[in-house]
Amino acid sequence: MTHNLRADTVTIKGHHDDEIEAYLALPTDVESGGSMVVIHHMPGYDEATKEIARKFAANGYAALIPNLYFRIAPDASPDDAAAAARNLGGVGDEQLVGDVAGAMAHLTSLPTSNGKVGVIGYCSGGRQSFLSGCRLPFQAVIDCYGAFVAIDPPAESPLKVKGLLGEADNLTAPLLGLFGADDTFPSPEQNEMLAEALKAAGKEFTFRTFEGAGHAFFNVDRPSYRPESAVEGWKDIFTFLERTLA
Amino acid sequence: MCTYQTETLTVRGSAKTPEGWTTVTNASVYFDHPVHYPAGHALLIDLLNPAMGPSARVALELCAESARALATSILHALDTAPRELLNDSGS
Repeated sequence: MTHNLRADTVTIKGHHDDEIEAYLALPTDVESGGSMVVIHHMPGYDEATKEIARKFAANGYAALIPNLYFRIAPDASPDDAAAAARNLGGVGDEQLVGDVAGAMAHLTSLPTSNGKVGVIGYCSGGRQSFLSGCRLPFQAVIDCYGAFVAIDPPAESPLKVKGLLGEADNLTAPLLGLFGADDTFPSPEQNEMLAEALKAAGKEFTFRTFEGAGHAFFNVDRPSYRPESAVEGWKDIFTFLERTLA
Repeated sequence: MCTYQTETLTVRGSAKTPEGWTTVTNASVYFDHPVHYPAGHALLIDLLNPAMGPSARVALELCAESARALATSILHALDTAPRELLNDSGS
């Protein structure tokens, strides 16, 4: 069923109660349901990510994207904001978790919320989704090809984050990981390292690696798009959410 | 992958934005996901004026081969220009 929806730019409270911009997509014919925090990729709070939020709403889930770059570039276009954020080394983990917590609180305050919230992110957002799932009480966590979950970034990288295997013990919800077999960050070997850590921690997880797909295979407006993998991946996502957010 | 690896430098010059010509004071050079060029990765160059905000940016996205050719051409143009004219560039 395709649900009716509306989508708006809203203001939410993020890390340190800072007011930040966010994009909220709501199914308008669902009386009570689960919701999703959508973490945008490194290229920013862009049209492609907003389309993902609307897809969740069309499938019956409220979805909210916090603009992680709002503090840096509140009025800039997504690509200009992403360039400015890059020059600052990206968004720090503490601020990210604070903004995701704010998005989660906003979603559970909605009159249509059933109290269950998941988180999803792509690329750099995949790592941030896993991190959020280890620090915040979610009901579902989805990591789409997040790099630097199993390993640290290269020493010469200005990115001020570390790998997250040490956080696996704290994962609060079932994890769905969707990866490309041809990706190198994360590589299948890195994903296996994460799987081993999750097994050791006794966590519930499902990983699927698509043959013939590399990084960013969900990204419909980029040459990395792999329609068969993306269609299958979306089916996996909604099957997972039916089980975890219903 | 999102490399985040970035070369940054200060520059002296001008660039043309949608709002017209502006002074640029900084540049970033990196190899990462392009926004528009249809490939997974590209050599990206931003010419910036941070004092005027994030939107004061002229961006280039080039394939690796084109980026090397451009760099070579820039160096060739500088190497073959009369020295006295180079001294007249405000460096």
